[in-house]
Amino acid sequence: MSYLSASYGIKSWLLTLDHKRVGILYLVMTTVFFMVGGLFATLIRLELLTPQGDVFESDTYNKLFTMHGVAMIFFFLIPSVPAVLGNFLLPLQIGARDVAFPKLNLLSWYCFMVGGTLATVAIVMGGVDTGWTFYTPYSSTYSSYYVALALSGVFINGFSSILTGVNFLTTIHKMRAPGMTWFRLPLFIWAQYATSVIMILGTPVVAITLLLVALENLLGIGIFDPALGGDPILFQHMFWFYSHPAVYIMIVPGFGVISEVIACFSRKRIFGYTFVAFSSLAIALLGFLVWGHHMFTTGQSLYAGMVFSFISFLVGVPTAVKIFNWTATLYRGSISLETPMYYALGFIGLFLLGGLTGLFLSTIAVDIHLHDTYFVVAHFHFVMVGGMVMAYLSGIHFWWPKMTGRMYHEGWSKASALLIFFGFNLTFFPQFILGYLGMPRRYHVYPEEFQILNVMSTAGASILAAGYLILFAYLFLSLFTGRKASPNPWRAVGLEWEIASPPGPHNFDVIPIVTKEAYAYEEGDVTRVGSGTAAEGDPIPEEAERAEV
Amino acid sequence: MSDYFPLFPEQASTFAAKVDGLFLLLVCLSVFFAVGVVFFIILFSVKYRRRSEDERPKPIEGSLPLELAWSIIPLILSLVVFSLGAGLAFRMYRAPANAIDIYAVGKQWMWKIQHSQGKREINELHVPVNQPVRLTLASEDVIHSFFIPAFRIKKDVVPGRYNTMWFEATEVGEYYLFCAEYCGTQHSGMIGRIVVMKQEEFQDWLSGGVAGGETMVEAGARQFQQLGCATCHKESDQGRGPNLVGLFGTPRQITTGETVLADENYLRTSILDPRSQIVGGYQPIMPTFQGQVSEETVMQIISYIQSLSDSE
Repeated sequence: MSYLSASYGIKSWLLTLDHKRVGILYLVMTTVFFMVGGLFATLIRLELLTPQGDVFESDTYNKLFTMHGVAMIFFFLIPSVPAVLGNFLLPLQIGARDVAFPKLNLLSWYCFMVGGTLATVAIVMGGVDTGWTFYTPYSSTYSSYYVALALSGVFINGFSSILTGVNFLTTIHKMRAPGMTWFRLPLFIWAQYATSVIMILGTPVVAITLLLVALENLLGIGIFDPALGGDPILFQHMFWFYSHPAVYIMIVPGFGVISEVIACFSRKRIFGYTFVAFSSLAIALLGFLVWGHHMFTTGQSLYAGMVFSFISFLVGVPTAVKIFNWTATLYRGSISLETPMYYALGFIGLFLLGGLTGLFLSTIAVDIHLHDTYFVVAHFHFVMVGGMVMAYLSGIHFWWPKMTGRMYHEGWSKASALLIFFGFNLTFFPQFILGYLGMPRRYHVYPEEFQILNVMSTAGASILAAGYLILFAYLFLSLFTGRKASPNPWRAVGLEWEIASPPGPHNFDVIPIVTKEAYAYEEGDVTRVGSGTAAEGDPIPEEAERAEV
Repeated sequence: MSDYFPLFPEQASTFAAKVDGLFLLLVCLSVFFAVGVVFFIILFSVKYRRRSEDERPKPIEGSLPLELAWSIIPLILSLVVFSLGAGLAFRMYRAPANAIDIYAVGKQWMWKIQHSQGKREINELHVPVNQPVRLTLASEDVIHSFFIPAFRIKKDVVPGRYNTMWFEATEVGEYYLFCAEYCGTQHSGMIGRIVVMKQEEFQDWLSGGVAGGETMVEAGARQFQQLGCATCHKESDQGRGPNLVGLFGTPRQITTGETVLADENYLRTSILDPRSQIVGGYQPIMPTFQGQVSEETVMQIISYIQSLSDSE
């Protein structure tokens, strides 16, 4: 009996306390928001085929890019790896039967759903056109659309992050199986830990900030609008104080996935495990100190700008360390190019480009030219789509057999991965050039000389869309016609691979005792590494106590 | 359409070549590291491809010397690039003393330019070549941003305060002016032209137009009388308000104990929110002119007050 067949009916899903089912609930809904955001992106690229505004009116176009950003960032990227893969895998990888607070876990999904519903209502009723960054006083006083409604959706969704973070930290601290010491943890867990720290410390700040904007919008309380005595730059400081660490919420879990996939498909432990583990924490902490690099042109103090620029360069170092360590893992490995590895290697190349272009934007004198141009748009799409989405897809393909009990069609998955890689590059690389040439972002119409590059970008977007559509199709079909999966189809090392695919409702019949390092690929037959059950004569371990809400 | 496929905008200011140079340095460093990493990934993926299902590669923990090398070398390179960027930004920050002042107001969805000599423009800015120009920027509504790609500069135009930027154009010609901060419906319609002219032609252009037009200082002096400022701010210490002669640019101690510099932002705040900074020895009785004067009028009055300090 698997967790999927343990009980039937809509109530057994909507009231589930099983972390694996919560992960699947998130998987379904984040996919819906990804499709919504993707639809808006398609419409944007359609409009940008020509310099004139001939498909949509300006107000409509402005709503499209706003809602594309809101849907993708708040309702897809931020939950994706933590809420989908993290929820599913965290207890499995540490040898626990569930997370520390199963009811809080379900509540986090409902916060996501309520927030998402409010945002959807705002879209359906007429949309919001402030940009996902909600800069004041445009958002608080001047916009005539559904700002407060959209803000409440994002506000409530924030609690989903906070609850997930609290749950994960507690689970990692208190519920590791006996023998699972900190330095035997898979790097995926270290990444979830660092992400949870950011979620807990950062999200409350954006929650309050957005609440204040909504209050100014609804009640005319002067906080950010200078006409009411407020300060628009104050909003930017408060907003970016969260939103910069938020990008690390989005990417660090992806780093965790890449570590798992590279280790498995090189059949080797990650080179420099300790450095990779601590680099996630370093990124999490330093990431809170760089927010002003979004504000170099606002008139903020030049000296403050220099401090922000300096620390932004520092935060690039632990990131580079990871990339070098992953590459070194391949050295003298046994490398097999299955679909998860396609995505992981693609990730390294594309994330590297995206991260390097971040250094361009950290260089004050260069950022003055590049700020608010398509260079920035290209940079963040390289790290978020070329990086994060590819890492997410790598994880989805890697753990798909575990989560669903089915294999997908390898030929289609590789074809779609190649389409996505190629389409992505054609979509976003021309945007670096557009940005340096001076094309500002959020432009509905643009000067004629920018058209060729825009046409290339839209062509790429259609290929990218085709790749995603094929992906949805074969993954969905695999649920019905895919080959049944064995417990460990990749011959990977990890506690999650020692149980059935899909797992039973309580994960482990007996809590495992861990005696091996995280990626002990060199030890014997890789299908049965480490102790999944206690051997005769071993002392019976106490089961980890479970905190219950 | 010509076959020319540009990758860079024209270089039309003293900053452009320096910014482009720094950009190219970053491109070279990025290409080096990107090609390097991709090379090793491809090399290892091919050389160490799995040849049998039962392969068990030897585990390699790591290498401290390698970790240190690939942490410290990127760190040093980062610090070099940081310093170059910060240094250039520092030199771009303050206008030279011989800069001429021009004033720009952004509003949804247009640019309004005022020259000191009185000439006004909409969505166009005429400037002389090889002459530093200092722009004072104000917004009437939301945040905009004044972006000239050919000069490699931009500055946000923020309501509630002045921001300033400066440039020195090096090539006669016409260049794009874009609004680079999303400001609503016609954000992408706030496109203007920067017209760089030879110095003699610029002087001709400036003095052309409506005969007897007033300079900004003259307009400011007129407003100063019309709005009643002169009733309290006399050219002596007998008035209810401070004497403004010689005031611009001097430090002022306000009642909180702080010392502030009497610059454009200070004067603007004194006109629009006088109670927020009262100088010691004076009563907080100045009324606010918020809503009664446009940003352009404020700029004219400030030009006038500034002229009261130009005694040399």
